[in-house]
Amino acid sequence: MSGGETSVSEADGNGGIMGQQKNLEGYVGFANLPNQVYRKSVKRGFEFTLMVVGESGLGKSTLINSLFLTDLYSPEYPGPSHRIKKTVQVEQSKVLVKEGGVHLLLTIVDTPGFGDAVDNSNCWQPVIDYIDSKFEDYLNAESRVNRRQMPDSRVQCCLYFIAPSGHGLKPLDIEFMKRLHEKVNIIPLIAKADTMTPEECQQFKKQIMKEIQEHKIKIYEFPETEDEEEMKMVRKIKDRLPLAVVGSNTIIEVNGKRVRGRQYPWGVAEVENGEHCDFTILRNMLIRTHMQDLKDVTNNVHYENYRSRKLAAVTYNGVDNNKNKGQLTKSPLAQMEEERRDHVAKMKKMEQEMEQVFEMKVKEKLQKLRDSEVELQRRHEQMKKNLEAQHKELEEKRRQHEEEKASWEAQQRILEQQKLDASRTLEKNKKKKIF
Amino acid sequence: HEKVDINQLINNEEKRNLELGGHVGFDSLPDQLVSKSVAQGFCFNILCVGETGIGKSTLMNTLFNTTFENEEASHYEHEVQLRPQTYDLQESNVNLKLTIVHTVGFGDQINKEESYKPILEYIDAQFENYLEEELKIKRSLFNYHDTRIHICLYFIAPTGHSLKSIDLVTMKKLDSKVNIIPVIAKADTVSRSELDKLKIKVMSELVSNGVQIYQFPTEDEAVAEINSSMNTHLPFAVVGSIEDVKVGNKMVKARLYPWGSVQVENENHCDFVKLREMLLRVNMEDLREQTHARHYELYRRCKLEEMGFKDTGPDSQSFSLQETYEAKRKEFLVELQRKEEEMRQMFVNKVKETEAELKEKEKELHERFEQLKRMHQEEKKNLEEKRRELEEEMNAFNRRKVAAETLMGQALQGCSQQPFKKDKDKKK
Repeated sequence: MSGGETSVSEADGNGGIMGQQKNLEGYVGFANLPNQVYRKSVKRGFEFTLMVVGESGLGKSTLINSLFLTDLYSPEYPGPSHRIKKTVQVEQSKVLVKEGGVHLLLTIVDTPGFGDAVDNSNCWQPVIDYIDSKFEDYLNAESRVNRRQMPDSRVQCCLYFIAPSGHGLKPLDIEFMKRLHEKVNIIPLIAKADTMTPEECQQFKKQIMKEIQEHKIKIYEFPETEDEEEMKMVRKIKDRLPLAVVGSNTIIEVNGKRVRGRQYPWGVAEVENGEHCDFTILRNMLIRTHMQDLKDVTNNVHYENYRSRKLAAVTYNGVDNNKNKGQLTKSPLAQMEEERRDHVAKMKKMEQEMEQVFEMKVKEKLQKLRDSEVELQRRHEQMKKNLEAQHKELEEKRRQHEEEKASWEAQQRILEQQKLDASRTLEKNKKKKIF
Repeated sequence: HEKVDINQLINNEEKRNLELGGHVGFDSLPDQLVSKSVAQGFCFNILCVGETGIGKSTLMNTLFNTTFENEEASHYEHEVQLRPQTYDLQESNVNLKLTIVHTVGFGDQINKEESYKPILEYIDAQFENYLEEELKIKRSLFNYHDTRIHICLYFIAPTGHSLKSIDLVTMKKLDSKVNIIPVIAKADTVSRSELDKLKIKVMSELVSNGVQIYQFPTEDEAVAEINSSMNTHLPFAVVGSIEDVKVGNKMVKARLYPWGSVQVENENHCDFVKLREMLLRVNMEDLREQTHARHYELYRRCKLEEMGFKDTGPDSQSFSLQETYEAKRKEFLVELQRKEEEMRQMFVNKVKETEAELKEKEKELHERFEQLKRMHQEEKKNLEEKRRELEEEMNAFNRRKVAAETLMGQALQGCSQQPFKKDKDKKK
């Protein structure tokens, strides 16, 4: 790494950018980070889960073999159309392929029996169940306390094969895509494209896209990029949707070249010829340019939808779901925390109220007690006063009486004395007279 | 998004090895992944722990070839504070959101026992934020600004012959939470021999105290050699400078002394280049991975266990997420109800108690007044008696009076009668 341009801009705490950009010379080294990421990813290896759905005989196995240039399906491992089942099954097979030092663990999921019965109602249900169960497995693995490395078996792409009727989508096609477009990335393909002329194919494609839009089916969308080149390619692909494909297990020599193709009396339909079909576009898009994006969309959109729906149902079990719709950004634990806090507040309020009522009652009672105490005290005082007054009265009376008695007695004594004196004088006179 | 090593997986699965008949093209997968990551941009968070003035800011500036705005810290901070600052850097086509966290005031307090705590709390807080986001019902992890600390550069003072005790204590507390790379700061103030001795002493002290510092990984053959070699040069002795000095005919980053210039990027002068290589150019992704897969997982596991989550039930049956949450929720509701009941009960008891008390008081009051009443009755009786007494006395007195007056009346009659009697007698 030679010294590249290093520029700096100051960001605020929330990740916004403020301040100027400073361009400095000099080598720092973190420009090597992508290489580090590259190396680590190669060391780890990659995995991808691809689902193929369609009636039997549409060339699904052949296409897969052509896409991956290997005998994924073979006499020993027959394709879905050869494994006729009474009911729709969902089965997977894992293969490990290596290329350029890159290891890829490829899981192909197919659905033998799909659309082959007389009554195909609900034949999509096993598919839905399978996809959901893989989401469930991942959710449980992700939610464990002890998390070990989590294998990712979620379905990252579903190739849906449309029979080349030339007229439009069948009701089953519409039903299936409507039910699965929010669970998995759907890439609709026109199978056995070599049974239509280019004009018929063009018509067919237009009709299908029209119906897809009418029914508001969300098929896999290519992400917007800032790169002009890439955008041009993306727009080109978008114009040719749905892709019309041809597959072949046989190699034929055409003009000295060995190519995969289908030999007809009138010529060879070459799989990898862009003028014959859209196979190359499919392969480039699915494997060479957008495989990572398919995984990311599965992880960031489809899985997250599943997860939030699942967790919302769990958390609000027994509680009115509508009430809590606005709170979906919280984790269930945060939800419980909040509920606990609310409860604590409620209890505090309840406690306060009870205390208040209690205090009030006690105050009342005490007041009553005090009042009666005061009343009784008052009465006691009054009685006491009364008694005291009576006492005083009595005292007064007695005093008077004593006084009267004393003075009367004094008088009596004087009278007595007088009497005595008088009688003594009389005696004296009497005695005198006698003489 | 947990990353899996499929080589481990493969041994447990039934799978077929298939040969390819041509170029399929999935060898572009690493490129697809890389270009996505580059488009998203990367996050890297560095924590610098070290005393005030030891050269943390200067080293960051030197490392990233720029001047990060930073106030000079004083020595008088009350307690250790952590100041994060985030910058958007770009080198070639790589956008890096860099957050540098400095410990302000570390080592300045007289009592340093609690110094490590704010650091630990900060690291845990970032884990907590991530965990919260991860547990949300509606979450967006793929554009979450990851603030978890990927590397802690621990600055060792070049003075002294070994680690200070605060260094050991702090690193021991942090080693299970964050990748630690110890560096010897201001390495140009130590002589070569002293430096070598210090390095050996530091490493042996770390080992003998069981401090787990970050080991540069040696599994990847591409970098195994350089990494294992670098592991032997720890701790890195660094010098920082953003001043350009002319050496020979080049301008280099250096510190100019009268006796010579210490060139930052000269590997004979210091280990700065080694640090930069290891930290940024070679192992940045591994640091991020270790933080997420090891340190964060440990935090998460402890936190969930603390909250009572388990992976298996009492009969060691695996819990599904739904069962776990439902069980937790039931427990939780039961607990709330119990608390409510408790409180109600407490109140009922309180009321009973107080009622009894008040009744007692009432009784007392009545008794008191009964007593007073009785007293009154007694007094009244006394009074009545006294009254009767007085009345009797007065009656007795009155009788005396009457008697005396009657006597006096008789006596007076007698006196007036007596002379008559005499005359009467004379006349005879």
